[in-house]
Order: sequence, then structure tokens, then C-alpha cells
Amino acid sequence: MPTSSGPASPRARRGTSARASTKASARSPNAIEPAVVVRPVRNEDIEAVIGIDTLVTGQEKRAYWRSVFRRYGTGLESASQFLVADHGGEVLGFVIGEVRDWEFGSPPCGWVFVINVTPKVRQTGVGAQLLEAVCAGFRREGVRTVRTILARENTLILSFFRSQGMTTGPFIPLEMSLES
Amino acid sequence: MKLQQNTRLALYSLLEFAADPTRHIAASEIAQKYGVSPHHLAKVLAELARAGVVQSVRGVGGGYRFAGNARRLTMMDIVARFEETSPPETEPTPGARAIARVLGEIDEIAKATFSSITLATLLRSMQREPEGEAAADPPAPATAVASGRGLRG
Repeated sequence: MPTSSGPASPRARRGTSARASTKASARSPNAIEPAVVVRPVRNEDIEAVIGIDTLVTGQEKRAYWRSVFRRYGTGLESASQFLVADHGGEVLGFVIGEVRDWEFGSPPCGWVFVINVTPKVRQTGVGAQLLEAVCAGFRREGVRTVRTILARENTLILSFFRSQGMTTGPFIPLEMSLES
Repeated sequence: MKLQQNTRLALYSLLEFAADPTRHIAASEIAQKYGVSPHHLAKVLAELARAGVVQSVRGVGGGYRFAGNARRLTMMDIVARFEETSPPETEPTPGARAIARVLGEIDEIAKATFSSITLATLLRSMQREPEGEAAADPPAPATAVASGRGLRG
């Protein structure tokens, strides 16, 4: 599953890390056994995370993922979540999300800015399980809306988010070229 | 925005078929439900059969049944078969070109939206619909206002 990216300004909130150990409540008909467990990322998972991202995007971003781990994987900020889907010790996917306050004038809401699943387990419910887990973390933080933003050509992940119930939100992304 | 009547009929029909892929449904049954003539609907279903997403079943209890993959078939796949989606010809004046650029932005967003919604997602969205929002009647088969340009109606 490809990546989607959102804005980057974490809200400062210290606390315990997101604790996730979930199994999908509505399992996919193609669900794999034994059940996948979603849990917070560990340092030893980073190579697998890099591997999945490289497989999906075709570009290895080792330094980037190390910095993402330092920022989101420490468990020091309860508003941040970096979760992995663990299948008997094998990392099959990951999701990163964060609650942000008043970004773009919006009341606090959860942002999912990366979700990735290794291609061999697509359509097995792993992505849905990851999204469900990160949303559960957002609910614990007291927010009631989850958002993401991604390229409109990215129909694969657009379809995934749509299938999970996401719809067009109230914001419109704009841009302009800075070249003369 | 509005889609042309045939596009909407195609989507309504596909939802009927995909809700139970094992069931054969007579064209007349769908035509009656959506208030159109069986003859009119037959043309739409023939186009869907050409696209390989429905299959006609002959004989007693015949009709059509779903032959596609609801998790792969998107609204855009259907819209593209029934609507004009090609870009407009170059406009002659700066004003017309400026307006065409805005309309082009709208088209791109519409295409991205249609491309991201599969039949399975539509079916799930129907199941999620709150009781209070359930329509008392099926969607009105009103004549769509076709713009004749791109996806807008």
C-alpha cells in the first residue's frame, strides 16, 4: 500500500505511548492466520519498515525512516502513533498518525500520514486492521475525526481509504508553481 | 453534478447485480424499479455486457447476473463508458481558456473521486446509510442535464 503524507507540526503532548494490540473486529474473508497483531513499533522493526516502503515506492529512504522513528516511534508523545502489523514476528505493514490541534484552522483531529502494507498481503485486511488501530488511538486522545491527504493519481490507496468509509473532507489543497 | 441517465441506470443496475452475484435478475424487474422502459434499459445492459461486467443468462429464470469484480470495478470504469470524458478542444480566447482551466480542475477532481470508489465501497456505503436517510422511493430517473463537456452535468 502506498504512502500518504500530511502536514508536519506535532502538537506537544507528553504522556504514554499509544498502546495498540488489536485484532480486526470484522475480519477480512482473506484474513491470514495466525491473526495479525498491531503493536507499537520497536527499534528492531525499522529495517522491515524500510524494506516495505522500498518495495512499494521503489526508493529506499533509510535516513528518512530513521528520523521518522526518532520522532514518532519513541512513545514519548501520546498524540503520535507509529504502529506495525506483526504476524508471528514478521512485520507486514505499518501506519503512522498523529493528533494535531488547529492545523489549517481545524479543531483537533487525527492525521494518518503513512500507511503501508507489503504487497503480498494486500486484500487480507491488514491495512484495515492498521487503520482501525490508529483510529482507536485517536479516539483515546479524544478526537472524533480522522483525515489524510494523498495524490489523486494514487487510486490504490484512495480506494482503500474509501473502502474504510473515508469521504472527501471540508478542505481543498491548493498549490502554485514558484518557478518564474 | 449530474450523470446522464444511462450512466446512472448502469450504476443502479450494477449495484442490483453485485449485491447478490449469484442471482439472475430480469431486465424488466430493474426497469420497473427505476421507472424506465425495459427497451431503454436493455441498451444499457447490453453495453455493460460488452464491457464484461454483466452476463446475460438465457431461458426460464434468465436475465442478467454480475460478472465483474466488485472490489476492482470503479465508478470511473462505468462513467467512462457512458459519459464524454475526453478533454475539450482548445478554446479560442484567453477568457474561454481561463474558464476551461477551472472546469478542467473540476473534471480532474471528479475523475479522481470516481476512480477511487469501487462497487464494493458503494455497496458498503448503502449498508452504512442511517435508517432516517433511506429514500422512500428509488432514485428518480430524471433526465440528466448533460453539459456536453467532460464530466460535468
